[in-house]
Amino acid sequence: MVTTERQTEQRSMMAHFMRRAGFGVTQRELDELEKLDYEDVVDSVLDPGLSNHLSDELVLRYHTEVHEQRAGPWSAKQWLYRMVTTDTPIVEKIALFWHGIFATGYAKTNQARALSVQIDMFRRFGLGKFDILLEELAKDPAMIIWLDNQDNHNGAINENFGREILELFSMGIGNYTEEDIKECSRAFTGWTLKNAEYMSVRAMKDSIWPYGRISWHYEYRENDHDGGQKSFLGETGEFNGDDIIRIISKQEAAAEFISRHLYDFFVADEVPVPQWPYTPARDPEAIRILSDTYLNEDHNITEMLRVLFKSEFFKNSRFERVKCPAEYVAGCLRTSDVISRPTLLMNEAVNVMEYMGQTLLNPPSVEGWHEGKEWINSGSIVERVNFAYDVWQNSDSPEVIDITDRMASDEALDAASVVEACLDFMGPLVFTEDTTKKAIIEHVSKGGTIKFGEKSTAVRELAEKRISEVLALIASSKEYQRG
Amino acid sequence: MLETKQKKLVVLQLSGGNDALNTVIPYNDESYYDNRPQVHIDPEKALKLDSELAMNPSMTAIKRLWDEGKVAVINGIGYPEPNRSHFRSMDIWHTAEPTKVLTEGWIARTIRELDPKGENVLGGINFGRGLPRAMASSGVPVASVGDLDTYGLFPSVKNDSDRNDILNVFSQMYGTGAGRDMVSEFLSQTGEDALVGADILSEAPAKYSSSIEYAANPLAKSLRDAARVMFADVGTRFFYTQHGSFDTHGGELPVHSKLWEDVSTAVGDFTDDVREHGYGESTALLIFSEFGRRIKDNGSGTDHGSGGVAFLIGDSVKGGLYGQYPSLKEKDQLNGDLYANNDFRSVYTNILEDWFEVDPVPIVNGSFEKFDIFEN
Repeated sequence: MVTTERQTEQRSMMAHFMRRAGFGVTQRELDELEKLDYEDVVDSVLDPGLSNHLSDELVLRYHTEVHEQRAGPWSAKQWLYRMVTTDTPIVEKIALFWHGIFATGYAKTNQARALSVQIDMFRRFGLGKFDILLEELAKDPAMIIWLDNQDNHNGAINENFGREILELFSMGIGNYTEEDIKECSRAFTGWTLKNAEYMSVRAMKDSIWPYGRISWHYEYRENDHDGGQKSFLGETGEFNGDDIIRIISKQEAAAEFISRHLYDFFVADEVPVPQWPYTPARDPEAIRILSDTYLNEDHNITEMLRVLFKSEFFKNSRFERVKCPAEYVAGCLRTSDVISRPTLLMNEAVNVMEYMGQTLLNPPSVEGWHEGKEWINSGSIVERVNFAYDVWQNSDSPEVIDITDRMASDEALDAASVVEACLDFMGPLVFTEDTTKKAIIEHVSKGGTIKFGEKSTAVRELAEKRISEVLALIASSKEYQRG
Repeated sequence: MLETKQKKLVVLQLSGGNDALNTVIPYNDESYYDNRPQVHIDPEKALKLDSELAMNPSMTAIKRLWDEGKVAVINGIGYPEPNRSHFRSMDIWHTAEPTKVLTEGWIARTIRELDPKGENVLGGINFGRGLPRAMASSGVPVASVGDLDTYGLFPSVKNDSDRNDILNVFSQMYGTGAGRDMVSEFLSQTGEDALVGADILSEAPAKYSSSIEYAANPLAKSLRDAARVMFADVGTRFFYTQHGSFDTHGGELPVHSKLWEDVSTAVGDFTDDVREHGYGESTALLIFSEFGRRIKDNGSGTDHGSGGVAFLIGDSVKGGLYGQYPSLKEKDQLNGDLYANNDFRSVYTNILEDWFEVDPVPIVNGSFEKFDIFEN
């Protein structure tokens, strides 16, 4: 297993990119990626085309509870299958990104189908022009109910959506006035649900049980729309919602806001969003580069990501983010290659994500989750370590077998060489503190050197078992909590 | 016996929306039977509290405690403009805030008040997995114990000596090192907290002995776990657990009855255990649900409603009926639901001010008229 330093760096870079643009890759995938030019790989990942993944029909056949898409956790399970099995992980990653910002939850919508429809909308529009995404969001039935826009009427505005589209979805606090919020809300009057009154009453009382959940649809009601003149961010006109979005989207504040979010999610943890107006960006130059791209490239998210992934600041950001539970769980399952068909393991996986603090499709509030180091507390760390340990400690997983085959030689390997090699396979991870690596090496040494023997012999099986334990211990480290 | 122990609260959440009308039953009210042609309790079997109200027949153990004067029944409890979504309404109870969406829990805020530096890693423990929002807040260390006997890191490693080896590796991996940055240090600290918490908890089962045999249901198991931790005196002030699902849209009578049998026997056993170990006067138990159910039945069950019932149980509790029982008359209803005339934050206020002796206002987000449920 002789590799040149350049190859190792190339492999490390690809692994880093695929952790951020997706949920990590197996060694076999890395073998292929390593042969390619980095920038070509970025371009091809950002042009996903049609997705292949474990088919929804198969998932539904096995997990019958997912069928009606009634409850949040059931539909979240279907999403987790996508994250783990898709061949276009950037699509799921960008959906997860927007889900954290346009955080819409089951707690209020009371039906999961509308939320799954919203996630699907993120898949279709999340990599395109921001204006279009924002317009789709304003017409999204789950969002309308979530922020009460069905109660936003001509002559009697409800400011919930009008406020959050400015504060949480596009520019951030301090870039508009209370008057702008009112004018913005007026512009979105009439953007409602078909049959909104009926739907909201039904959802609130939950009395549609046992008749199943009704599909929701957007409807524009001209007669409930305030078509009067409005002043918004210094412009005046008889603005409708789409005009407002056009004005928002061309603001420098929007460019910076989106850039900082992209940086936070794809590069390195920022301080929590509420502190942004008062705390400078971690890397102001990076934000400037991304903002310029936004403004010069027609507000296109893919173009921003292209610049981001090819930048030096991205390449130097390895392990600068605490993995969110979805990344953590999907990452463990994907890189260990244990999911090839529907399995009961996914019930536990989706529950454990919740125990770690992230219930997909049900964020705690419209502000989304508190990310970064906020994911870590004395309860969640136990769940994270136990889950990763159990996934990696399974010596039957295809990836453990593959890694063992890659290490196999006629010579027995000592503990230190095994741990070094496993660290490479798991990241490559670098333990900055000697104690960490020493602790694992000492533990492994107790079992003596590792012998490999021929494939499918008892000797090889023992090697697989011992290597799975090394991988599981590395997965329990604090370094593995970040990606 | 004079107890000098720290006061503790056990919170038992009835998840899914408990049907208050079939829990504390207005058995002499004709309109109860008019609204509940199918889903009502036989008045002959109900356990009478007075000439108007009776407990569900399956609540025998709680009725025994009531007869001893140790059960406070808080009728008509809720909050203004009730929300009938399970999740939202539960969040409202957990954050003590019905209008704004908050993410920080009332218990977490209390723990911070009682232990500002977070010196005790076990100030609050949830028995069950995950963290109820009530206990969640950044920087407040709390634990979630699914099963006390296997709690902690690496429970899947069955061999004790192997597990100890691996815990030892974990301890070194998270052990105090400068770390490469603040996040790394934070991870170290949190990993150590978790390890310390697990270590302390792992000793609790061996210290425990009791003559009480708990009923065989999951809630009884959780409350027994809580008792074992409590008697190990590790400084935990809040014990949290839940039982359910009380979401009885269909087939309510047998389901609801079984659920309350579980709750009642578990609470009875727990109370006996707590008394046997001398923790009776320092322990209070709060039982609540996110909402009650509709006044009219739907033929076999009941749909989401408002106006619930809560209980506060313990040897320091002044037993009796608190709050007016909501009227079932059509003119007094709230869109077909019971009108909640008692705010749940009045109960929290009572607990915070008189039991934990902390300022309730910042924790429950305002001043509320409080009940006077505790002795002294």
